[in-house]
Amino acid sequence: MLGYTITQWLFGIISFLSIMFALMVVFTRNPINSVLYLVLTFFCIAAHYLLLNAQFLAVVHIAVYAGAIMVLFLFVIMLMNLNQDSEPQKTMASKLIAGIIGGLLLVVLVGALKGTEQIQLSQSGHSEIGLVKNLGRVLFHEYLFPFEIVSILLLSALVGAIMIGKKEIK
Amino acid sequence: MINGISINMYLMLSTILFTIGAVGVMARRNIIILFMCIELMLNAVNLLLVAFSVLHHDSAGQVFVFFVMAVAAAEVAVGLAILSMIYRNIKSIDSDLLRNLKN
Repeated sequence: MLGYTITQWLFGIISFLSIMFALMVVFTRNPINSVLYLVLTFFCIAAHYLLLNAQFLAVVHIAVYAGAIMVLFLFVIMLMNLNQDSEPQKTMASKLIAGIIGGLLLVVLVGALKGTEQIQLSQSGHSEIGLVKNLGRVLFHEYLFPFEIVSILLLSALVGAIMIGKKEIK
Repeated sequence: MINGISINMYLMLSTILFTIGAVGVMARRNIIILFMCIELMLNAVNLLLVAFSVLHHDSAGQVFVFFVMAVAAAEVAVGLAILSMIYRNIKSIDSDLLRNLKN
């Protein structure tokens, strides 16, 4: 098909969809729609992980982001009863400036990365690095200490969120 | 599965996603949308880490993505707690209203 392999077609379609959904996250007025578009973006990124043969990360990504974090966002938006009418809008000038700064950032990054060498990804003989068995071995042998630190971080975040979120006791 | 795509494609895709997130942080006033744009930027970086881990046949990049996800979850939990506290106090989530430190 036009000289491209099926993998390149898949990559192009998923990339296009993820960029479109990401743009919709930023440019939709209604916060609920923004959250739903962000969930679609996360599904596209999970598809990218599958394309890169990182099955474990794809599953964890959907479970953590689409399953936990976005539900938290949705709950907060619904509790605050936000909708399109209460949505604060920046002035046209600051939106324009934000667009110009973003475009300049994109130009600088693309210009810096343009001259890099074109290396093809290949997985000949290494297709198992994204599987649970291999990742678990690396995680619990070489990265055991950071793993324990992350567990302490999550516990302290849990305690902190409850402490901040509760009502003041007079 | 992945044969035939160069690492530059992933570099470009991640750069574009990161820029969209950065523009969102600058162009919106709703603090919740700001948080979501930060998540978008984190995801752009995660995608690039996975791509480079596949390029170098090294699992360490994917383990790092795992850690980034854990830190992002902690950040969102604390951030949304602070956000609900702000909403309880000033009855708004407009980031431009938080200017008590000015003057």
